[in-house]
Amino acid sequence: MTTVTKSASRKLTIARAMAEATAQEMRVDPRVFVMGEDVGPLGGVFGNTRGLFDEFGPERVRDTPISETAFIGAAVGAASDGMRPIVELMFVDFFGVCMDAIYNLMAKNTYFSGGKIPVPMVLMTSTGGGYSDAGQHSQCLYGTFAHLPGMKVVVPSNAYDAKGLMTAAIRDDNPVVFMYHKALQGMGWLGTEKGATVAVPEEAYTVEIGKAAVTREGSDLTLVSLGAGVHHCLRAAQALEAEGFSAEVIDLRSLVPLDRETVRESVAKTGRLVVVDEDYHSYGVSGEIIASVAEHPGCRLRAAPKRVAYPDIPIPFAPTMEQWALPNADKIVAAFHQMLSES
Amino acid sequence: MQPTAEQRRWMYRHMVLSRYLEERIEALYMEGKTPVFNMAKGPIPGEMHLSNGQEPCAVGVCAHLTADDIVTATHRPHHIAVAKGVDLDAMVAEIFGKATGLSGGRGGHMHLFDGDVNFSCSGIIGEGLGPAVGAALSRQMQGKPGVAVAFIGEGAANQGAFHEALNLAAVWKLPVVFVIEDNAWGISVAKQAATAVPRNDVRAAAYGMPGHHVADNDVEGVYAAAGEAIARAREGLGPSLIEIETSRLAGHFMGDGEDYRPKGEKEGLADPIPRYRAALLEAGVLDEAGDDALVAEAHERVEAAIRFAQQSDFLPPEAALETVFV
Repeated sequence: MTTVTKSASRKLTIARAMAEATAQEMRVDPRVFVMGEDVGPLGGVFGNTRGLFDEFGPERVRDTPISETAFIGAAVGAASDGMRPIVELMFVDFFGVCMDAIYNLMAKNTYFSGGKIPVPMVLMTSTGGGYSDAGQHSQCLYGTFAHLPGMKVVVPSNAYDAKGLMTAAIRDDNPVVFMYHKALQGMGWLGTEKGATVAVPEEAYTVEIGKAAVTREGSDLTLVSLGAGVHHCLRAAQALEAEGFSAEVIDLRSLVPLDRETVRESVAKTGRLVVVDEDYHSYGVSGEIIASVAEHPGCRLRAAPKRVAYPDIPIPFAPTMEQWALPNADKIVAAFHQMLSES
Repeated sequence: MQPTAEQRRWMYRHMVLSRYLEERIEALYMEGKTPVFNMAKGPIPGEMHLSNGQEPCAVGVCAHLTADDIVTATHRPHHIAVAKGVDLDAMVAEIFGKATGLSGGRGGHMHLFDGDVNFSCSGIIGEGLGPAVGAALSRQMQGKPGVAVAFIGEGAANQGAFHEALNLAAVWKLPVVFVIEDNAWGISVAKQAATAVPRNDVRAAAYGMPGHHVADNDVEGVYAAAGEAIARAREGLGPSLIEIETSRLAGHFMGDGEDYRPKGEKEGLADPIPRYRAALLEAGVLDEAGDDALVAEAHERVEAAIRFAQQSDFLPPEAALETVFV
């Protein structure tokens, strides 16, 4: 279990927490710089580079052309030459135009150099829907990135973790994909999740990459999720408490490395597992978590595990359809009820 | 821009070195692959892309570079690696997949990384363009000397990465030079069937940078164009593009039947090495005895590297799990 110390009562949004972590590292390390589309004077479409341009100027906070292949490839080249770039892929959905630079270069150069040429860079990218942007601007693709070896992957659910994970990512000598969910950014116009805006210490600190957090303790059921899904789980846990059930909520925080041990320990205690993932149902995080529990020799499940995930369809525009397809607390509660009825 | 006598001999020597290396690799590659060609067999398995005929591109450019400068190369990397000064023992050992190879055998012939001389290459077409731009950005931001050179084939000039990289380099006025080795063939597809313009150097105009064209696989033509482009980059005046007409004397890869090449096309290609040798002899930069010694030395160097590779062990298979992260 990971405990966090919240030494400050000041609350920040994830967007501000990311920008603060970046600014603090830029102040102490001249190798750190930011580039991407609209990261300069605009401060990032999702607010996560706000203030950086004013403080560090256009040399270190670079607006790029709409050329993801070139600037992500350039980040790899700069990282291999002693810099520590933070590069933004505005929507994760855009990975289609530049995946070669990500998974063939960024993720493989360390290995193909026998570990001699590290690629210390952060690729930050927004995920998630729920605001009728349809299927080219609303995906999560957690499983896609986590599946491909050679890059660490983190997905914060709140501003405290966002700052600590961002600082850890910038200091890491490996490529780290930092996936932030739009609904958690505190942007207002994106249906902000209040639970993501939490107290954040002013000083720099790290949250260890590869460690899940037990966000709520419980004894009857383990709910595992990441990003926005954690907040659905917390609401579901509250609803289940009213019914007399005690749900434990695990926030994965990192997908690579994956903290299987924390999940297994929890399920060993509760015997029941529901995985909640806004990414597609099949071949993704939910399947990986269930397999990680089921394949362990110590696995003692009292009921067949369940997953509440996005159906295997492109994300539709119409709010009626999109909201129907998204995970939510009611679906999690229903999954648990079904589990009880089956066991 | 004229090379000095010493530079001429340097270029010739590295062409000879690269060619002999590839002749030996060719022979060793075929071991275990006859009578039935099976790419997975023999001491050097996998794809093998030889650069025979393209040596002028490598030496004419690298004659202007130091170990500090950055080069990204292609899936056909040997001549460039040799000219950039990649550790020959470690490079050949890597081609054999041995523990003493550049990456302990994880990369093989298409993925050679030598940080000591800032050399890397990649198996994906056009993939070195972004990293070269980024390395140039790194030098510009750090105020450190050094230029980056991205070698690509003429087929890569039709990749999106090419246009994105040239534009980005020009917008940021980066010290980078883009070098197109035009061997006229993208595997089996002829350049004129794939490229809307007869010469790619004209595409430089689209990005506001100088474009150079070198005809006829001319070593000193490459030297002159590269000298101008690299000097411009070093002076902080921004990127340039060079296209070199070169010759793919071998197939796309070993085992390529090359039935797609028109009769006589390959036979009509001049081998640049004897031609340059004759030019140097005539210019009095080289004499027969000097040539013999230079060739013997190159052969000895290559044989030593091959012995080193052959005598090296493989890493234990489970070492495959290491170096994913540092």
